[in-house]
This record gives sequence, structure tokens and C-alpha cells, in this order.
Amino acid sequence: MKAVELENIFKSYPIKKTSVQVVDDVSFSVDDGELFGLIGPDGAGKTSIFRILTTLLLADKGNAKVLGYDVVKDWKSIRNIIGYMPGRFSLYQDLTVEENLEFFATIFNTTIRENYKLVEDIYKQLEPFKTRRAGKLSGGMKQKLALSCALIHKPKVLFLDEPTTGVDPVSRKEFWEMLKRLKSQGITILVSTPYMDEAKLCDRIALIQNGKILKIDTPQNIMDSFDKNLFAVRSENMFKLLNDLRTFNNTESCFAFGEFHHLTLKDNDINISDLEKYIAQSGHLNATIKIIKPEIEDCFMQLMK
Amino acid sequence: MKQLLTFVKKEFHHILRDKRSMLVLIGLPIVQLLIFGFAITNEVRNTNIAVLDNSKDETTQIIITKIESSQYFDIDRTISTSDQIEKAFKTGKIKVAVIFQQNFQEELAHFNKAQLQIIADATDPNQATTLTNYISSIVVDYQNQVNQQNKLPYTINTETRMLYNPQLKGAYTSVPGVMGMILLLISAMMTSIAIVKEKELGTMEILLVSPMKPRLVVVSKVIPYFIISLINVATILILSVFVLGLPIQGSLLLLIGSTVIYIFCALSLGLLISTITDTQQAAMLISLLGLMLPVVMLSGYAFPIANMPVILQVLSTIVPAKWYIIIVKGVMIKGIDITQIWKELLILVIMTVIFLSISIKRFKIRL
Repeated sequence: MKAVELENIFKSYPIKKTSVQVVDDVSFSVDDGELFGLIGPDGAGKTSIFRILTTLLLADKGNAKVLGYDVVKDWKSIRNIIGYMPGRFSLYQDLTVEENLEFFATIFNTTIRENYKLVEDIYKQLEPFKTRRAGKLSGGMKQKLALSCALIHKPKVLFLDEPTTGVDPVSRKEFWEMLKRLKSQGITILVSTPYMDEAKLCDRIALIQNGKILKIDTPQNIMDSFDKNLFAVRSENMFKLLNDLRTFNNTESCFAFGEFHHLTLKDNDINISDLEKYIAQSGHLNATIKIIKPEIEDCFMQLMK
Repeated sequence: MKQLLTFVKKEFHHILRDKRSMLVLIGLPIVQLLIFGFAITNEVRNTNIAVLDNSKDETTQIIITKIESSQYFDIDRTISTSDQIEKAFKTGKIKVAVIFQQNFQEELAHFNKAQLQIIADATDPNQATTLTNYISSIVVDYQNQVNQQNKLPYTINTETRMLYNPQLKGAYTSVPGVMGMILLLISAMMTSIAIVKEKELGTMEILLVSPMKPRLVVVSKVIPYFIISLINVATILILSVFVLGLPIQGSLLLLIGSTVIYIFCALSLGLLISTITDTQQAAMLISLLGLMLPVVMLSGYAFPIANMPVILQVLSTIVPAKWYIIIVKGVMIKGIDITQIWKELLILVIMTVIFLSISIKRFKIRL
């Protein structure tokens, strides 16, 4: 049995008389014990998919199951066995850290002591602040508390909607290490994120854009399937370089990527010197060109077209 | 059961940690009751009046002394001409002027008739009527005294008795009104805000994705406000008996029983509001405009319903506070029993059932 299954799910919202298709024929499945990532920019439909799976939202069409339970018919059973952490910080800001955890433990018919082992790693870091109000915690601490609250009842499937958005890089790294530990305890985790660098940390990922799934595979397979040579180009005038590269007649695509521009060419076998010549002709100083391995984001850009 | 208790405890944490909501929940009822009971009242006391005695004889002196010795009036001695009176009216220094004609006593003795003019500032018509009535009755009182000595063949004596509220105290109307208002405010407004707050902050999302039954969530949100309402009823009753001197004539049990029904009605109204709004602001606005205004205007507390245009009279029947105020006035002040208020009670129960079934139907188990 798959932990999560979606079959041809559609969902649209009416916005000012027209309707916007936020989930467009989405199908995928998550294996038991898998760490599965939904990767896509804001507004791709990630949150809607999460809400459909957590029985908070009804799909217009299609079937979805969590651990064999239908999200529409068996909503009560699903609510007993899943943990859900919404994208927005949704704990009680005027309750202390300890009170929040205690409250959610009771709501899920359990106690902190009973499942302390599960949250120990995370909660240990919070313990010095346990009498502090949740609203006064830092962003990273809030997320750790929210994760503790979502875990306290030992859920079989964990849904984390953009858990690292607005969290500093160090806390993000720690957060993903926690997810790996949870996975090793056999919890199936479905996580969404707009950060492409986090995609590599998942077992399998689904790239999603405008409500449509672009590709589902392991991060490695997705990166391997990039069938073009990828160039990283830089010079002293990066803005002019981007425009120049985009007007180059052999350019297929060119995007700004931190300190380099990533470039793919229509003719894959082109000699690199042609490109060097063009850049020099355009008047760029200190230009460097190198061939690099594609990242998930490059694959996403390519698939988006 | 443990879920429920923890939830209620959490709810009390929210209330006790928010100073502003504490103030509204506990302070407001007391302040309102005292303000309406003491400060805002139609009773007239120590009103400044002017007396222009053009006769200055024995009779006018007696009447003036009588006026002065009543607790209602203070005579301003500095005013002694009609010009000064006009000025004093304009500046608001006096509310009433009493003018005796010349040769008052002589006319009365010879022609059995004398003129006394009462001029009142009618910018506040109710007050003006009350004041002139007081003065007239003082004069009539004196006249009766005189007539006893030389008996007239025919006299009709009117004897007025003010039933239930002999001293015409303002508290007799303000206490039931404040109870109707406060309980609605706390039960309906605060409850709807508390529930909508969970929606607005996103915590409802987590509560829904938990084994706790959605209805249990609502029940646990409502319980603290029910308890606070009961505390408020107790404070209001204690204050009105011991501070405002308002006795409870009827059965205390009946009074509290019908109050509990009214609280249920207000709570279900709050639930209904929470199912149709998504933000705390909207919930507050609907509660204030949709509940408070009708309670003040249409419940018969501030303005008599019988004097309203027919359409407003019809509208007033759907205001729960109207029925509750009738019950409280009846039980508390007139001391009537359940046989005379069962209709009003039944109306409240029916309203509660209607509000509750609509909100249960509208309550969403999803987002």
C-alpha cells in the first residue's frame, strides 16, 4: 500500500468571476517511509494539494488516499493518523512553548511523556525556552516548536507545508537533518518547498508549476536527464551580459544564477570558442566560461518552457 | 473529556493573558451598571430655579419655603428681575422660573383666585415636564392645606401611587437593560471573536486536522464565556441589590434560570456570527451593529416600544433582549412567577434552537 496516492486531482478557485485552476490533473504517489518533496514556486498549487490530502479542502475532481483512506469519505480516520504543519505559523502565540506542546498532545489523545522520544532531538533545543511565549520565539525556533507539535502524536504520515520558508540558513539545515532522522524512524514525510537546493535532500521530488506536475523522479535522475551542455558565464558587466547572451543567435535559454549566468545552446555541439568570440565582440572584460553540472533549478527552468 | 478540559484551560489562558479582553469581560459590566444606575438617570435633584416674587406677602413666602425645602430645587437668590431670568435661561443657569403675580395674597383672599407662572427650559422636554409637575404638585399641596380650614362643598382628591418603584428610581429600568446588553456583548460578541480568531490565526487548520471533533472544539470555546457570563450575572445582581438598592421581588431561581436561557440564546447567536465571518474585525462589526444597536434601540430599554412606528415594533420582536428585559423586569421588580412569563421564555428557547441549528448546519468541518 502506498502512503499517499493522488489520481487526476483538479481544483479551481473562483477569483473575480473567472476561475483559476490551481491544481490541474495532478497524480503521484508516495511510498511508505519515503521523504517526498513538492518543489515549485509560490502559487504553484502546493498548499492546495496539501490541504486536499489533509482533508481540509475538497477537490473538484479526482481521488486521493492517505494510507488507503479516502480523503473525502474517511476524513475522520485520516485526521487520527497524520501530522500537519501549515505554511503559516499556526500555534498559540500567547501560550508558552510547553503549554503549546501539552495542548496539542492532549488534543491528539496522548501526552508529552508518551512520545517524548520522538520529539526529543528537536524539543531539547527548545527546552531552555519552555516558559517563553511562542510569539516571542525566533523564526527557526517557531518552526521547531511547530514540528514538535505536529509530531507529538507519532503520526504515520507527516505533511509539512513550506516548513523552511522565512527561516535562516543554519536552522534550515538543522531542520532537514531532523527530517532525515524522522524518516529513519519510519515516518512518511511529504514536504513542500520553494527552495530548489532543498530538493536534493528528498528521496523523490515532484516539480510543480501552475498546478501541473512537470516531472516526478529522484533528484539525481532529474539532474541526469538534463540533456544539454550547461555553461556558466560571467563577466564584469553581468546585466549587459545577460542581454547579450539572450540575443546570441545560438542561445536556447539564459538565466541569472547568483554570480553566474547559466546558458544552454540550441546546437549542443558548438565549439566553445564561438561563444568566447561573441562575448569578446560584445565588449565584455574578464569573461569566464565553464561547463557545469546542472542543478535541480536548471532542470526546473528547462521543464518550465 | 480530558481534551475538553485542556481546551477550556487553554481558552482561559487566552482570556486571562489579554488585559484588554479581561477589562471588557469583567470591568465593563460593573462600570456600565454603576454608570447607568447612578449617573445617567431621569430623576431630578437640586435643580437651580429662580423665583420672582412680585407680591412679597405671607402666602408667597410659604409657597417659596415649601419649594425650597423639597430636595428637588435650589433657589438662586441673585435673580430678581425678569431680564435676569431671561439671561439665566439662556446661559443655562436655571431650568425653571416661578413668577408670582402682584398682590398674590390679596387676590387670593378676595377673588379666591391668584396667578402663578411657571416657566421651564424645554430644550429637554421630559425634564421640563417633570420639573413643572413637581412645582404644580407643591402648589396643589399648599392649596389643599388651606382648603382644609374652610371646607369647599365638592373636591376630588387624586391620589397617585407609583407601583413597584415608588421612589421612581432609574436603576429599576437600567439594571434589566444593562443585563440584557452585557450578557449579549460577552456571550455573542466575545464568543464569535474567539472562534473567528482561531480561523484568522490559522490554528483552526491544525485543530481540524486532529482527532478532536469539530463540535467539541466549538463547545470548548463556548464554555469559558458561559462561565464568565454567570460570574457577571452574579456581580450585577449583587451590585444592584446592595449598591443600587434594587430588591429582587420574585424567585431568584426563576431569574437565574431564565438568565441561563438568555445566555444560551446569546451564545448560539455568537456561534452563528462566527460561521458567517472570517476575520475578528468583521465579527466585531456584525456584533456591534447587528446586536448592540438593536439591543439599545429596539429592546424597550432606552425607548418605549409602544411609541415606535409599526415597522420598528415588528422588528423589535426578533431582538432577544426585548423578551429577556420583559422577563427580568417582571421577575425582579414585579415579582411575578413563571405562569406569567412562560411565553417570553418559550420565545427565547425557540430563538436559541433556530440560531443553533443554523450554525450547526453552517459549521464547516473543512476550511
